[in-house]
Amino acid sequence: MHYTFKIEQGNFTDAGQASSSVKRTMKQLGVRPENIKRTVVALFEAEINAVAHAYGGQIDVDIDGEKIVMVVADKGPGIPNIDLAMQEGYSTASPQVREMGYGAGMGLPNIKKNTDDLKIDTTVGVGTTVTMTVYLNN
Amino acid sequence: MAALVGGKVRGSLENMDYEITKAFASDLMSDVLREDMDDTVLITGLCNIQTIRTADMAELRIAILSRGKVADDEMVEMAEDNGLTIIESPFTTFRISGLLYDAGLQPFY
Ligand SMILES: Nc1ncnc2c1ncn2[C@@H]1O[C@H](COP(=O)(O)OP(=O)(O)OP(=O)(O)O)[C@@H](O)[C@H]1O
Ligand SMILES: [Mg+2]
Repeated sequence: MHYTFKIEQGNFTDAGQASSSVKRTMKQLGVRPENIKRTVVALFEAEINAVAHAYGGQIDVDIDGEKIVMVVADKGPGIPNIDLAMQEGYSTASPQVREMGYGAGMGLPNIKKNTDDLKIDTTVGVGTTVTMTVYLNN
Repeated sequence: MAALVGGKVRGSLENMDYEITKAFASDLMSDVLREDMDDTVLITGLCNIQTIRTADMAELRIAILSRGKVADDEMVEMAEDNGLTIIESPFTTFRISGLLYDAGLQPFY
């Protein structure tokens, strides 16, 4: 099954809606709770990053019995130094983003921890595509 | 628990028997998502729709809003849908933490 969601820059009212929707779908499909949790925490962090740090984008989710693949693609500033960005506590979040409860610098580490496979393609000045896979029957 | 922190209960009322063993205090939502929040109550000064969405992702059942923060209608509605109980406390995060610690709730580390 394939699902697509749009992400809007700076829209913290709707940010997380895609992740909530994927969570509902996974529940309906009877996916094990611990796998649902891992999946939606990773997707939520990536979704928030696209809202908070980029200029919006799109989420594509593919789910089958074996795995869920989530692609969060944004137009945005890109990430100049991935190794630095992956470090716990590293954040460039703006004051507005911090006011919404983000900027701990834990999003990317949380994504890493909760996914079986993580790929980040980023080009400075163009955008970032985060591809995450979670296997569902382990 | 609501009485202990001088709080008012909003959102879902279905967690009255939910057993809490730990508490975690943070205003940063990715800190919350980092931990396994089972049997845990969140104490937070962050009062917006993202508090509720994060609670949903973390499978939280009870969140205490500190310093007299009041949840708006949208937050309460979403909390009801998600099975989250909100306790609005007039006390600071520090005082709430102290009260819950005294009552026997455990920290993560
Ligand atoms: N999609 C993105 N586009 C541009 N920069 C990004 C993107 N995602 C992450 N970054 C950069 O990487 C940093 C670290 O991201 P991470 O998600 O770990 O932390 P954060 O978003 O700053 O805070 P938190 O996720 O804990 O609320 C960000 O502060 C930002 O500089
Ligand atoms: Mg982040």
